[in-house]
Amino acid sequence: MSVFSFTLNGTAVEASPATGERLSQTLREALGARDVKIGCNAGDCGACTVLLDGQPVCACLTATQQVIGKNVETLAGLHIADPVAHRLAEQFQDHGAAQCGICTPGMMVAAVALLRADPQPSEEAVKDALGGVLCRCTGYRKIIDAVMGRPAVLRDDAGIVGVVGDSIRRLDGADKVAGVERFSDDIAPVGTLEVLVIRAPFARAGFQFGDLEDWAVATDGVEAVLTAQDVPGRNVFGVIPQFVDQPVFAEAETRFRGEAVAAVVGTPAAIKALAPDDFPVTWIELPAATDIHTAQDAQTSPLHRDRTGNVMCGGFVQCGDAKAALERAEFVVEGHFNSGFVEHAYIEPEAGFAQMVGDRVEIYAGTQAPVMDRDSLEIILGLDASKIRIVPTGTGGGFGSKLDLSVQPYLALAAMKAGKPVRLTYSRTESMQSTTKRHPSDIHLRIGANESGKICGFDFHGAFDTGAYASWGPTVANRVPVHASGPYQITDYRAESTGIHTNNPPAGAFRGFGVPQSAIAQESLFDVLAEKLGMDPLEFRILNALENDTPTVCGQVFAQGVGIRKCLESLRPAWKTARAAAAAFNAGSDTRKRGVGIAAGWYGCGNTSLPNPSTIKSGIMPDGTVVLHQGAMDIGQGANTVIAQIFATALGVAPASLRLIGPDTDVTPDAGKTSASRQTYVSGAAARLSGLALRDLVLKRMNVSQGAVLSFGNGQVVAQDAGKTHQMDLAGLAAAADGFVFRAVETYDPPTKPLDADGQGAPYAQFGYAAHLVEVEVDTKLGTVKPLNFTAAHDVGQAINPLLIEGQVQGGIAQGLGMALMEEYLPGRTENLHDYLIPTIGDMPPVETIIIEEPDAHGPYGAKGLGEHVLIPTAPAILNAIYAATGARITQVPATPASVYAAIKKAQP
Amino acid sequence: MPYHRPTDLKAALSLASQPELGVIAGGTDVFATWQHGQPLGSLLDLTGIQGLAEIEVSDSGIRIGAAVRWSDMIKADLPPAFDGLKQAAGQVGSVQIQNTATLAGNLCNASPAADGVPPLLTLDALVEVASATQGRRLVPLDGFILGVRQTALQPGEIVTAIVIPTPPIGAGSCFEKLGSRAYLVISIAMVNALVVTDTGGRITLARIAVGACSPVAQRLRRLEVSCIGKRCSEIVVTADHLAGLTPIDDVRGSAAYRRDAVAELCLRALKGAAG
Repeated sequence: MSVFSFTLNGTAVEASPATGERLSQTLREALGARDVKIGCNAGDCGACTVLLDGQPVCACLTATQQVIGKNVETLAGLHIADPVAHRLAEQFQDHGAAQCGICTPGMMVAAVALLRADPQPSEEAVKDALGGVLCRCTGYRKIIDAVMGRPAVLRDDAGIVGVVGDSIRRLDGADKVAGVERFSDDIAPVGTLEVLVIRAPFARAGFQFGDLEDWAVATDGVEAVLTAQDVPGRNVFGVIPQFVDQPVFAEAETRFRGEAVAAVVGTPAAIKALAPDDFPVTWIELPAATDIHTAQDAQTSPLHRDRTGNVMCGGFVQCGDAKAALERAEFVVEGHFNSGFVEHAYIEPEAGFAQMVGDRVEIYAGTQAPVMDRDSLEIILGLDASKIRIVPTGTGGGFGSKLDLSVQPYLALAAMKAGKPVRLTYSRTESMQSTTKRHPSDIHLRIGANESGKICGFDFHGAFDTGAYASWGPTVANRVPVHASGPYQITDYRAESTGIHTNNPPAGAFRGFGVPQSAIAQESLFDVLAEKLGMDPLEFRILNALENDTPTVCGQVFAQGVGIRKCLESLRPAWKTARAAAAAFNAGSDTRKRGVGIAAGWYGCGNTSLPNPSTIKSGIMPDGTVVLHQGAMDIGQGANTVIAQIFATALGVAPASLRLIGPDTDVTPDAGKTSASRQTYVSGAAARLSGLALRDLVLKRMNVSQGAVLSFGNGQVVAQDAGKTHQMDLAGLAAAADGFVFRAVETYDPPTKPLDADGQGAPYAQFGYAAHLVEVEVDTKLGTVKPLNFTAAHDVGQAINPLLIEGQVQGGIAQGLGMALMEEYLPGRTENLHDYLIPTIGDMPPVETIIIEEPDAHGPYGAKGLGEHVLIPTAPAILNAIYAATGARITQVPATPASVYAAIKKAQP
Repeated sequence: MPYHRPTDLKAALSLASQPELGVIAGGTDVFATWQHGQPLGSLLDLTGIQGLAEIEVSDSGIRIGAAVRWSDMIKADLPPAFDGLKQAAGQVGSVQIQNTATLAGNLCNASPAADGVPPLLTLDALVEVASATQGRRLVPLDGFILGVRQTALQPGEIVTAIVIPTPPIGAGSCFEKLGSRAYLVISIAMVNALVVTDTGGRITLARIAVGACSPVAQRLRRLEVSCIGKRCSEIVVTADHLAGLTPIDDVRGSAAYRRDAVAELCLRALKGAAG
């Protein structure tokens, strides 16, 4: 190896790359430039974009030898030295253009190249320049706004800025745009031992190891091999106690392509040189059930001994008499709808670092559920919880999949066996093969209506492919029947769901837990029904919308907080103008046809009829610093900011003045998982209680009124009360636990009631509501569908931070758009980001977000959850718009150009 | 394993005569398809060779060096007959890929969905290959790509340039790519048309090539012939015109869909090329 020199961020550097070494690896591992992110190693995601002599290139596709003598710039260097980058960083923060932040280095670097050449780019120029960088969180619109330098809408006047209702920058945004936030692959020191997981190449296989000890001894650089034999506790994990069924390492047989059987721990060089085929294992491919019909065939043996017919479990909700109602209904429609596996496709593949500290194991990894991770590891490692520390890193997107364990058990087992620190980074393909997916659905639905347009009977059967292991499948099975009605008044209702095991990857949690799939069926058929009734689809929905004091299909009656009618009504102006515009366009266009579609949705926040507490700890240090232990994992959605805003409002200070401590399990109480759109509501409610309790302690000690205005700092609390100034020195107070002089730990658990055998009860303390309108243009000769704009109305109860709400809405719509039009994971065929397509910046049209605030009595300051609600209406709205444009009714997603074209041909007389 | 980055062609050809040597230009296909643990062996990098990154225009034609990247093509000052090639260049992957990947590499990779091939076929491109022992030879593009991932390169040979005869005067060109999303997308199908029209808008010369619908992109000679003397609006694409195509069913689309889509893409490309 020769030594080469080039310039990195203005400094001459030297490198000795091996033949075929990627520039991304040289930059990250030899030169410490961990701001260069690796998302795919194939040029598909652009996260590793750097400037090479000023031009953006993917560092993962560039041979390090090709940069000899050249000038390489990365985000961290640009942010320090380039005024264009610095200005852009400010714009990114003002617009909330970085959510999780993992694509941000690639986005910003590509944008800097554009802005140097074109300081005032058009939207088209921005899209062309950033088309090579994928983002899964933002929906791209805020990024476009930031790069174009459009005005931001932040509150920046005098007063306490950042209280509930204020648009403020993310409190954790500065590190993201400077390229210094540390994500899960950024922790391990250079040279750390690496772990390679050996995975099944078939949907179902038997396997036999060779002599692993001999092989390990004979293979240079291999320190240890791990198999099921090396699991000191129980070789099993899962997220739902009654359904814990997935082995860390398969024992007799593997049940899906990509399932782990062993792991090799070795030096970086040894692991790099190790092809999976080199590992001494013999595979025997076995007949596999890769669809739910084969899986339920009498000839097929169950994947799990106690689950006859491969039925994992089911869900059921019934009220009134659906059959009788459908018989008496004047109009009845029915349909059969299908969807495939959807991959979360966060830009950060799973990664992490683990080390032993004394007799404790510490695991650094991205996650949505640090305490659940620890609970699962207790079982696997056979260790007491006190011996396990989970330190969440920056998490580059999650969307449900990072609720489950991935790298954590391999890291912990490897660190324990090798007795040395270890790291593990999944390849993109490995991430796609082995982690959970959205459940494929197979739904039959019949809906009736009487002549006045009121729903009269609703009968739903949904079968969901839950893959080889349960994961969150039972949650999907339970949630779907509760939500399949949509946010409507339906008195005669029956909904049944089943989760079926197959030899496919485990399907688990993905933004909406099955509800986006059921909404496709329900909202599509609502349009069919409205047409049959001769009613306007929007007015049909408004007529049937759920109201306060009317029962849901679970018999739950909300006296307040039901906001769906307002969401739907807010779409009336856009509905009118967009439909008129589409009709005018269509009159002059033969090949391209436009259509407008709407759909609605609802989603219960928090666990379904189960305890779901969050605990928030806060305190005041003797120096006056207010500390918030913010345990709600921020995976990009903004909990670090939103929870802090709620807490700060309760305490009566500005959130920017707080010191945030994250969800490290050693120091921060459990704020539950980032799931089920529960953090703003549940952890927010706990944060409010904690803030109020802390304020109360201070007010009492200072003997001032409830209305006092507090300020903290310089070892003092100052209270302005009724025209008088009160001061309290903190130094003299005795410091209690955690070094706090005042301390407040508060827990909130949403009030719910169990569901009975008919699914009747009170599953959630609150629902959030949504309605989307989309205008699409269909190229009828090619079947391509281009959404032109969205209008999205969301009832969030009380907007905590409208800027972040817009970000959630745009990002959720992008995922719904992907599900509707392009995304399908097929094991063995779309295991990378060029065969599995997610929307690019050019696919995402403008979104007008309408924030509806119908306060909820339980939510903090009236707030409701939002994250999952967004993508529930998106796909059916698009399908309804395609129908409006072409007369072709699509019942299977993704609606690829080929399938839309086929449907158009079929629909033509 | 050594990584060779010679600066002159003679040295490169001498190295290329060594067995077991991989050739790399932009490297976007090499790295994108690299599998964990796969040894890369020795590599011969062509991008450091003097003069290979140039586009030369002469009386006899246009010579695109083997290290010319897609972004170089976008910026080059070339006649309208190259518009389709430039449009393709702007739709290869992303800006990052265009700044790295070479046109010659796109040919050597020999993917059925290579965006560069249909426009180059309509330009009657020749591939210049060279070896230390045999010297240089010119291979017509339709004889260079032989099948999926198969080329006519002999052991020891490397591509040194793509050579394009001076295009017909007045020729226009248009590239139509069909994909499932806006950027970074492998084509479901693509068509390039190069046409010359008379003052009445009638086609006097037509070259039409289709990619991603057969193992190797191909010209639609029968359609080309049928276009002569017609205005674009009068052209009808028949099944017979597309008889040579053998589209497949895959994750991107069905064979039947590809056939219908190609017919439409041909009409659009012809209209685009005719201006």
